[in-house]
Amino acid sequence: MITRVSRSKALTTALLGVTLGLMNCITQAATATPSEDDIKTYLRPMEVPQPKSNLSTPERVELGKHLFFDPRLSGSGWISCATCHNPALGWSDGLPTAIGHGMQVLGRSTPTILNIAYQKSQFWDGRAATMEEQALGPIQAEPEMAGNMENVIRDLSDLPMYRKMFDTAYPGQGITNDTIAKAIATFERTVVSSDSPFDLWLKGQNTMSVAAVRGFDLFKGKANCAACHSGFNFTDNGFHNIGLPNNTDAGRFAIKPIKVMKGAFKTPTLRDAALTPPYMHNGQYKSLEEVVDHYNNGGTPTFDNLDPNMKKLDLSKQEKKDLVEFLKSLTGSPLMITYPQLPVK
Amino acid sequence: MFRTGYLSTGLMLMGILVAASASAGEITIGQKDKSFVMNGAKIETVSIKVGDTIHFRNEDPWFHNIFSLSDIKTFDLGSYPKGQSKPAVFDKAGMVEVECAIHPSMILKVDVK
Repeated sequence: MITRVSRSKALTTALLGVTLGLMNCITQAATATPSEDDIKTYLRPMEVPQPKSNLSTPERVELGKHLFFDPRLSGSGWISCATCHNPALGWSDGLPTAIGHGMQVLGRSTPTILNIAYQKSQFWDGRAATMEEQALGPIQAEPEMAGNMENVIRDLSDLPMYRKMFDTAYPGQGITNDTIAKAIATFERTVVSSDSPFDLWLKGQNTMSVAAVRGFDLFKGKANCAACHSGFNFTDNGFHNIGLPNNTDAGRFAIKPIKVMKGAFKTPTLRDAALTPPYMHNGQYKSLEEVVDHYNNGGTPTFDNLDPNMKKLDLSKQEKKDLVEFLKSLTGSPLMITYPQLPVK
Repeated sequence: MFRTGYLSTGLMLMGILVAASASAGEITIGQKDKSFVMNGAKIETVSIKVGDTIHFRNEDPWFHNIFSLSDIKTFDLGSYPKGQSKPAVFDKAGMVEVECAIHPSMILKVDVK
């Protein structure tokens, strides 16, 4: 039999339980809400940067798309931009390092072209200042596409449909290195990230798991990822030697011979990162878990040099899982791409 | 008497001006929000005199590495964190391009006259 006193105690305990439960919910809800600063920092600007000398038009995008998917730009007639920058593989190739002309295994991995319009420089070592400059690099590089621009221009000019497309997109400018590069770059500027669960969460929807939100807090705090992976595109557009074990590639140092640049590579975007394993400039990590382990260990100095932001993180197993959950929340819905029917004679 | 007074005052002023132009200047330029700043404003160029020293002070929460590979002035101040400042003396006339190795969009043109 329950006495009045014990009933009162039971009621108090129950009420306390309910109150604590409510407080817990409120705490979780509070944790799961982005700050104003987060919303300002991490949503992609809708306006895509473009140079005044090559403003986007539908005709330029369409021409660039054709060229991007056309293997006849390569020496073998078999490799297109899309061979390595495959839209079905997050605009990369799923390989540790790229495979080029004559099945050569190249030294660096294929970076995604997602959001490169927002980048300040192109290539892993930043050697191209613009997308237009970048576009012609791999086409002509002997180990990559081994294309010869004179032959490319001759072959494209031989196709009436291409002549018409160039004339519509770049009236009076002809089929030249310049117009080929401009068209490809214009198409690539349309390859931008779409709303991921993280973006929808920033916009007020309940799309992030509690673990992913914890991961976001770690990303900005204890794990120090945001020191380099900053802003909406998760890159500082900078170069860092993150101490990859056994790395012998000097990277940016070949372009800027400053000590800190030994073994340094451009900070890649993290948007859609879950779609583009393996990771790093040499593809040495198979999974996001391995990447997080690398940073947790603080990196190994290579070339007697290590980025000063690198340090042991002392993350728990749960914290590492939370970080991976956050990284996965940056995956947007895929950009729907239809393959173009390429011109034939 | 008045004339003598004006003359000596004029000579004194000239002496001050000569002394001012002969002594090297000290300028502080900050690195904030991945830009070069002076007196709180973002700058892309600065004009100084031969012999002047620029103190590059990091005001960002991440490291910067100020350097120049310009023909008339080559230096590498190394990487340093927020709150630290390192000097570079500009001892030849000409245009010097100063950059941050880590953040290549940071470029400052120093016109040394």
